[in-house]
Amino acid sequence: MNASETVRQMGSPVVEFEHVTKVYDDGTLGLENASTVIREGEFVFLVGPTGCGKSTFIRLMMKEFDATEGHLYIAGRDITHMDRDRIPFLRRNIGAVFQDFKLLPNRTVYDNVAYSLLVTGASRAEIRQKVPHSLRLVGLSTKLHNYPDQLSGGEQQRVSIARAFVNHPPLLICDEPTGNLDPETSLGIMQLIYRINRTGTTVVVATHDKQMVDRMRRRVIELKDSHIVRDERAAQYTQEFAAIDDTHQSVDAA
Amino acid sequence: MNFRFFFSEALRTLRRNSAPSIAAFLTVMVTTLVLGVFIPITNIATGAANDVRSRLMVEVFISDAATKAEVAALKGKLEANQYVKSVNYVSKAEAQESLSGTLKDASELLGKNPLPASYQVTPKDPDQVDAIVQSLQSSAKTSSGKPSYVSPAIDDVQNREDQTNKILTITGGVKFAMWGLAILLVLTSALLVGNTIRLSIYARRREVEVMRMVGATSWFIRWPFVIEGVFVGAAGGLFAVLMLLIFKQTVIDPVSDKFALFAAPDTINFWGLTLILMVSAVLISALGSGMTLRRFLRV
Repeated sequence: MNASETVRQMGSPVVEFEHVTKVYDDGTLGLENASTVIREGEFVFLVGPTGCGKSTFIRLMMKEFDATEGHLYIAGRDITHMDRDRIPFLRRNIGAVFQDFKLLPNRTVYDNVAYSLLVTGASRAEIRQKVPHSLRLVGLSTKLHNYPDQLSGGEQQRVSIARAFVNHPPLLICDEPTGNLDPETSLGIMQLIYRINRTGTTVVVATHDKQMVDRMRRRVIELKDSHIVRDERAAQYTQEFAAIDDTHQSVDAA
Repeated sequence: MNFRFFFSEALRTLRRNSAPSIAAFLTVMVTTLVLGVFIPITNIATGAANDVRSRLMVEVFISDAATKAEVAALKGKLEANQYVKSVNYVSKAEAQESLSGTLKDASELLGKNPLPASYQVTPKDPDQVDAIVQSLQSSAKTSSGKPSYVSPAIDDVQNREDQTNKILTITGGVKFAMWGLAILLVLTSALLVGNTIRLSIYARRREVEVMRMVGATSWFIRWPFVIEGVFVGAAGGLFAVLMLLIFKQTVIDPVSDKFALFAAPDTINFWGLTLILMVSAVLISALGSGMTLRRFLRV
C-alpha cells in the first residue's frame, strides 16, 4: 500500500494553483495568493469554516469565473483565461458533487444520470451502456425508475455521484458531499468516493466534518480567511477505508 | 445536433409555462394582424398618390390671338426645356370634345368655342412642375399683378400641384402613423416574447445549472429557448394570417369589384403579404428571445 501511495504522489499534476487571488466584483476577497499542487490519484480534503474560501477554490477549478491574479492549471493546461467556448469541454472532464445533490426532480434516477450524457452529445448506445454501469457502482441498480423525492438523502447523493462519475472523469470535485446527511450515511458516501479514488480518479472533497477528516487521515488543505493556512499529508494513511473497501468487492476497475 | 431533444425540451416548457406563452402568442398575433391590415392600406394609399403624381402636368393655355409662328416658337421652347418629358398639343376643338355631359351642352349653347388651345406638358419628374412653371414666367410683372410670360402666345399656365401636395401630405401622415404604430407593436411583442423566455429560463434554472455543470455547450443550452420563442412567434403569425385570410374571403373579396382601390394592380399579393408577415413574426420573437438569452442566460 505504501509503495503505491508513493507512486501516486509522484503522478503528474492535475490541479495547480499558482499564486491565485480571486476578488469578487463587489470587492469581497474570495481567495488570496493560494498556491498548491494536487497530483493524479490524490485524495485531498479541503477544510475550513464557512466563508473561508472553500467554495471559491472549488468554483475556480470548475471555471465558473476567472482568477483575478495568478495562474490555474488543470491537467497541465492554463485555464486562467480560457476561451469561453472551451469551458464546457473542461467541465466534461471534471465530475462534480454538491451538498444539495442538484438532481432534476421531474426525472427518474436513470434519466438524471442519462441527462448529463445526453446534453454532452453522447449516443443512445453509449447512454444505455454507461448509465446502468454507473448506477450499479453506487449500489442503486434497483431504483432506476424512482424519482429523486422517493429516495433518501444518502441515495440521492449516490445518484449525483453516479452522474458525476458516469463519464469516468479524471478529476472528481465534491463540495460538502455529506453536509446534509447523518454520520452513518456520510460514512457510506465517503467510502463510495474513496472507492472512486481507488480507480485512479483524483478527488478533492471540501467538508467541515472534522471527525471524518481526522478519521480518514488523507492530505488536508486548510483554508482560513481566504488563505491556505495548512497543507499537510498524514505521515501514515489510515487503512480503515481500505479495510472497509475490501469487504465490497465491486470496485470499478475502469 | 440533437433536435429531438431540443424540441421536446421546448414543448415541455411551453406546456408547463403556458400563461406567459399565451400572452406573448396573443401580442405577436395582434402585431401581425395590424401589420397585415396596414401594409395593404399604405400600399393602396401610396399607389393612389403615385397615380395622381404621375398624371401631374403643366397646362400652358395658348392665347387665341397668338400667331402660328408664335405658337410654333413656344412649342420649340417647351421641348427644349430640360425638365420636360413630352409636350402634347390640344386644339380648341379637342378641348371641347373632352368636355362631357351638361358642360358640353352649355358650350354648344354659347355658339362658339370658349376653350383655348393648350399644350399639356408632362415633366420628367413630378417634383419639377414648379421649375417648369417658373421657366415660363418672365421676371417682369404686368400692371394687373398677373405674371407675364416668356412668350406672347401664352395666356395662362396652370398646374394641379396644390391638390397633389395635399394628397401627398395625407398619405405621408398615414404612413408615418402606421410605421410608428408598427414599431411600437413590434417592440411590445419582442419584449413580451423576451419575458416569456425569461420566465422559462427561471422555470428551468435547475436544468440549466445541471447542464452547465456537466459541460453542455452554450448553444446546446440555448437551443430549446430559441425554439420556444420562435414557436410562439410562428404560432402568433400563423393565426393572424388565418384571420386575415378569412377576413379577405368573407369581406374584401365580395366587394372588391365595386371598389377599384382594392383591385388596384399594385395592391400587394396576399401570399407575398403572408410571407412578409410570417417572417416578421418569427423575426420579432427571435429578437425577443435573443435579447433575453444574452441578458439572463450567462452560459
